Amino acid sequence: MRVNGSFLAVIGVFFAVIGIVYWFWSYEDAGFLMLMGSALLGILPGGYYLWWAKRMKPLEGDEPEATVADGAGVIDSFPGSSIWPFLLGLGAFFATMTFVFGLWLAPIAAALGLSAVIGAVVESRRGGTV
Amino acid sequence: MTTTIESPELIEPEEPGGPDAHGPGGHGPEDHGPDHAHEHHGPTGILNWITSTDHKVIGKSYMITSLVLFFISGAMALVIRGQLADPTSSLVNFQTYNELFTMHGSLMLYLFAGPFAFGGLANYIVPLQVGAPDMAYPRLNALSYWLYLGGSSMMTFSFVVAGGAASFGWVAYAPLSNSINSPGAGTDMWLLSLGLTGFSAIFTGVNLVATIFYLRAPGMTMFRVPIFSWNMLVTGILILIAFPVLFGAVVMLFCDRHFGTHIYSVSGGGVPVLWQHLFWFFGHPEVYILALPYFGIVTDIIPAFSRKPLFGYRGMVFATLSIAALSTGVWAHHMFTTGVVLLPFFSLLSYLIAVPTGIKFFNWIGTMWGGQLSFQTPMLFSMGFLFAFLMGGVTGVLLASPPVDFMTHDTYFVVAHFHQVLIGTTVFAGFAGFYFWYPKMFGRMLNERLGKLHFWFLFVGFWVTFVPQYLVGLRGMPRRIADYLPTNGWTFLNEMSTVGAMIIGFSFLFFFVNLVTSWRNPVPAGDNPWDGGALEWFTSSPPPHHNFTHLPPIRSERPTWDYNHPEHRKDESHGDKRHREHEQKEPETVGAPS
Repeated sequence: MRVNGSFLAVIGVFFAVIGIVYWFWSYEDAGFLMLMGSALLGILPGGYYLWWAKRMKPLEGDEPEATVADGAGVIDSFPGSSIWPFLLGLGAFFATMTFVFGLWLAPIAAALGLSAVIGAVVESRRGGTV
Repeated sequence: MTTTIESPELIEPEEPGGPDAHGPGGHGPEDHGPDHAHEHHGPTGILNWITSTDHKVIGKSYMITSLVLFFISGAMALVIRGQLADPTSSLVNFQTYNELFTMHGSLMLYLFAGPFAFGGLANYIVPLQVGAPDMAYPRLNALSYWLYLGGSSMMTFSFVVAGGAASFGWVAYAPLSNSINSPGAGTDMWLLSLGLTGFSAIFTGVNLVATIFYLRAPGMTMFRVPIFSWNMLVTGILILIAFPVLFGAVVMLFCDRHFGTHIYSVSGGGVPVLWQHLFWFFGHPEVYILALPYFGIVTDIIPAFSRKPLFGYRGMVFATLSIAALSTGVWAHHMFTTGVVLLPFFSLLSYLIAVPTGIKFFNWIGTMWGGQLSFQTPMLFSMGFLFAFLMGGVTGVLLASPPVDFMTHDTYFVVAHFHQVLIGTTVFAGFAGFYFWYPKMFGRMLNERLGKLHFWFLFVGFWVTFVPQYLVGLRGMPRRIADYLPTNGWTFLNEMSTVGAMIIGFSFLFFFVNLVTSWRNPVPAGDNPWDGGALEWFTSSPPPHHNFTHLPPIRSERPTWDYNHPEHRKDESHGDKRHREHEQKEPETVGAPS
């Protein structure tokens, strides 16, 4: 966590520095804002990781001497298969096509999207196929 | 169906004996008997593909889709070269020509080069390299693929709608891309497909970062993660920086086209050059989103075929981080000729990128130096990458200089430059990775002779195609023209370039024959055909459903090598200072007189 947080924070600080230099050299606002946004993208999660790195037990993946036995037990629950990503993707496809071919596609997109979101949430809660 | 995954078991290394003791490629978990604990029971047939959340299935789907798009786009390039071979050619009309170069660039850059790397190879290989059972968010991973497939289909089939496909070049500059200059559904489909594939890329970026941060196996510290996975981590972060900007820019352009806004139009108080700022703030990191994964591939291949550990592991990591950071601050070097950007700032940062890239080249050469080199197909393609990317990189340094850029902007010199960079990475290094990991993915080998023929025809065709383009660019030929005069003096160089493109096209016949041969007469690959060192070579080929039934101890960035070659094992081969000091003192202690 410490390494991850450090490199995110360092990248963020780099963007902040060149962003400030860029602003006072060019007074161009689009580039300045994008550089500041990138700086926050590094500093916010980087700072968060560094804050937690001081307070939590290191992950097994961060321990140089950790053995597989140290990480024994359940890693996590991974879905073996799920139809919902496909239906959500199909819904997103129809939703974007709505902008080109008309609103008549919107109900199909909404039905697919909603059913997929509900299905995925229920699947997660039940821990199995819905 | 949800599966609860428990940690794999530990295999302790055996007595020194090397790979000979266990067959050519060392050994893996199948030597310890079958383990059906993680067998997957789910739907079968096409439903299995549609519902799969396995990173390996998704990775292969990405690779197949992106390769199909690569060949469609390559066919477009051959038509473009056919048109330019003769100054009075009328192979296609001007409108079709504009559509072809736009879609060639769009398919290659948005739909092949990136997705093949971060959706295909990375999806398949990263969880294996860090010892994870899957990507961190498997269903999000599947959604990424379906969004990518939807977006790709939308862009490809925009040829068949009224008005044809988009025809403003892959960069879609305003005001050429507005509703007056580019009306029609084809342009809208182009923009919307960028929205879909952009979200697909963002989700993949989130997955890559989360997987490498949180799902590393015990002992797989960040400085033991193989360089390919390191580069994919940095690529994931670059995706998170760049793609949201592109999405915002596309949404604003769509609003200009359909909802009466004037964000990019002067008539309503907007700023056309804002599109260029937003687009290139995405576009230049995108170049490295395309390049870094391929740097990672080559960095994993060269040590395997040099039979040496990577020279300068940490240098490679810091060079990757430096390139990523600098690449986000150089966007306006694509805009020098607009006259409204800060030339010294962008020129200086662009020059600076040459330093970490040079470090990478130094380390690749350092890895090969004194190694037992063997030039099998993946290594040959990696060598092709080194030469191609070096030429593209050197001409890139030239273009970072504003006076040179003013002279060559929008000429074929720039076309040759970015094709050398991008073919160097995505084609040479991409196929290096494909030949390298194909045995792991499919459990069978590709034919070496056919692979080498593929390489040599591609390599020769590549130089014959693009060196004349540099020259014709220096003679003033603009890019994106469908016709020129015989008196321009560009004919011979264009003919030569077209012959080269045909040789490149021909080289892929060897690739197809190789694939067919591999499927009709499979040669089993074994777990570790190249005697590789990273964790993906420890598991079976192809790997089981959740990747590992057993894991070796992870004490360096080459755990499989350590396991298979205990006589060479050294904890922390690139390791920390304390350990190295300990190692240096050890002989003294042992040899000290008592």
